[in-house]
Amino acid sequence: MDQTFWSYLFVGLSFALYVGIAIWARAGSTNEFYVAGHDVHPTLNGMATAADWMSAASFLSMAGLIAFLGYGGSVYLMGWTGGYVLLAMLLAPYLREFGKFTVPDFVGDRYYSTFARVVAVVCALFVSFTYIAGQMKGVGVAFSGFLGIPFEWGIVIGMVVVFFYAVLGGMKGVTYTQVAQYCVMIFAYTVPAIFISLTITGNAFPQLGFISDVRGEDISMLAKLNGVLTDLGFAEYTSTNKTMIDIFCITAALMFGTAGLPHVIVRFFTVKSAKAARISAGWALLFIALLYTTAPAVGAFARLNFIDTVNEATYVGEEDYAARTVAIEADGGKVVPEWFKHWEPTGLVSFEDKNGDGRMQIRGPDAPDGLENEVVANNDIFVLANPEIARLPGWVIGLVVAGGMAAALSTAAGLLMVISSAVSHDLCRRTLFKGMSDTTELRIARVAAAGAVFAAGLVGLFADRLGFVAQVVAFAFGLAAASLFPVIFLGIFWKRMNREGAIVAMLTGLITTFGYIYFFKFGGGTPDQYLFGISPEGIGFLFMWLALIAGIVTALLTPAPSQEIQDLVEDIRVPGSRTMHGLGDEAMPPG
Amino acid sequence: MSETEKPVNGGSRPDNSAYWRATLTLTLSLLAIWFIVSFGAGILFRDFLDRFSIGGAPLGFWFAQQGAIYVFVVLIFIYCIGMNRISRKYGIKG
Repeated sequence: MDQTFWSYLFVGLSFALYVGIAIWARAGSTNEFYVAGHDVHPTLNGMATAADWMSAASFLSMAGLIAFLGYGGSVYLMGWTGGYVLLAMLLAPYLREFGKFTVPDFVGDRYYSTFARVVAVVCALFVSFTYIAGQMKGVGVAFSGFLGIPFEWGIVIGMVVVFFYAVLGGMKGVTYTQVAQYCVMIFAYTVPAIFISLTITGNAFPQLGFISDVRGEDISMLAKLNGVLTDLGFAEYTSTNKTMIDIFCITAALMFGTAGLPHVIVRFFTVKSAKAARISAGWALLFIALLYTTAPAVGAFARLNFIDTVNEATYVGEEDYAARTVAIEADGGKVVPEWFKHWEPTGLVSFEDKNGDGRMQIRGPDAPDGLENEVVANNDIFVLANPEIARLPGWVIGLVVAGGMAAALSTAAGLLMVISSAVSHDLCRRTLFKGMSDTTELRIARVAAAGAVFAAGLVGLFADRLGFVAQVVAFAFGLAAASLFPVIFLGIFWKRMNREGAIVAMLTGLITTFGYIYFFKFGGGTPDQYLFGISPEGIGFLFMWLALIAGIVTALLTPAPSQEIQDLVEDIRVPGSRTMHGLGDEAMPPG
Repeated sequence: MSETEKPVNGGSRPDNSAYWRATLTLTLSLLAIWFIVSFGAGILFRDFLDRFSIGGAPLGFWFAQQGAIYVFVVLIFIYCIGMNRISRKYGIKG
């Protein structure tokens, strides 16, 4: 059986499963459509959250990113997991106790202000659209890279599948497909990782292989990698060229950003109670950690293996690969590996014989022998080619394809729910047409979800031409950290926080972070102009403090919120004591 | 929507300040550990910790890429247990 057959089989089977779940889990009310009836088991919600959270970037790119960044890659590992500690302890249980449907619901009702709600909607939409473009693009890349289907058609197929379960099933459909997608994804990630760990270190657990010796040698894997890299003129794997303050701020911005991302927060609205939300966050992080502790191991193994098999290998053309290989190997030479030849046409790996010696030189910027680097590899190649590098059978590669798609589709669906509920619930039901019936709202929610699928597909289609898509991910985390996190946090932990403070805090975070990132990504700013040496990826953390201070000062200078709102805050701090408070609850009772 | 029938602000409200103080104490202590293992061990004191090693990995580097994540998971579960205890102690039903 060849690899394309297996890829089609696994992708087809997993898609059929997702559509089947969508039909089974049709949503019948807005309560089911937005929050799956507040009825999802905490462990299942943990799995769904893990799939929601781990995107195409986590699945395909992160290991490669870490492989090239070494210690510098730690910002993603700590940043994208540490945020769950903040979420579990500072936000999730309280927002669940608050008992509405969306993040702007909380902002609008807690700060008794339609304007605050609309600002929160703008933040949520901006963050989600930034994020979703990358997901749809990931689906297109997976289809075109593995199945030979054109990029555009790949996106269209992805849109149709997401359309099915997001529009029909709403949050209920999305939740149960995400559970299935998590299983596909984690299996597809760990199987090749175990084999490559066995090959390099002889330890079946990648997490332990990471700190073990190289198989059959008396040197630890990381020490060997450091040695190999410095010999070729790279920096040591366990070092970084980033400053400590930058590493600190990027990690913090990713953590607070994670905690403030609407599509992650709403997942905790789907469980029964505040208590369930707490334990569910624990499960979510456990399921995420399975992949996130495997990734750095895969990254290091892959980098070592990549240099080992490719560096100084003789390059051989397509036509006479088999014959030449036999001849060269008989002389004790090294030939370009088969997987390299296989992936070359996709452009993910490339070789240019700069010194004309017919061999492939991998060199760092300070190569002792003064040779130029001739081999370029994309971040995604390590996860994609791992099964072949580890000489695993074709069906494992099919599994990785299905896993990559599961990662992209599950995150896309979670984001679509945020976009559609922001439009149908926050803008239509709670801002523009307040008397709307539940049935009408459900219909609008479906139309909004369909519209969002379509818009996301379009953004994905043009993502290639719009080169900035990769650049704007910093926006999503920075804005979530600087604009959404402060108002949600203060709304729970400081009763005195009022409408004026919230609006000032959100706008301060939004404008400063947006301005800073825009200036350095598109406005021609250079790194030596960085504020305190903090790069755009980490600036959200600094401006989060600015937003907090601006919000607190404004709140102290303006009237305190009414007693009703202060009672509401007291209620959400104590599980089970939530009663009706304020105009927001008259418009929509908590559930 | 089960709680719509309850009275709005009728009379005296229960005093849950002791429960809230206990919650804040637990939250702050666990967040201190959260800060120490990630920003502390993985970033600020990394150079010092790298003089020691765990298996074949420098300790500070290991915390940044592995150790901090394990501690995060454990912290959330400890938080759940702690909150359940506090709820029982103060008779909170959630």
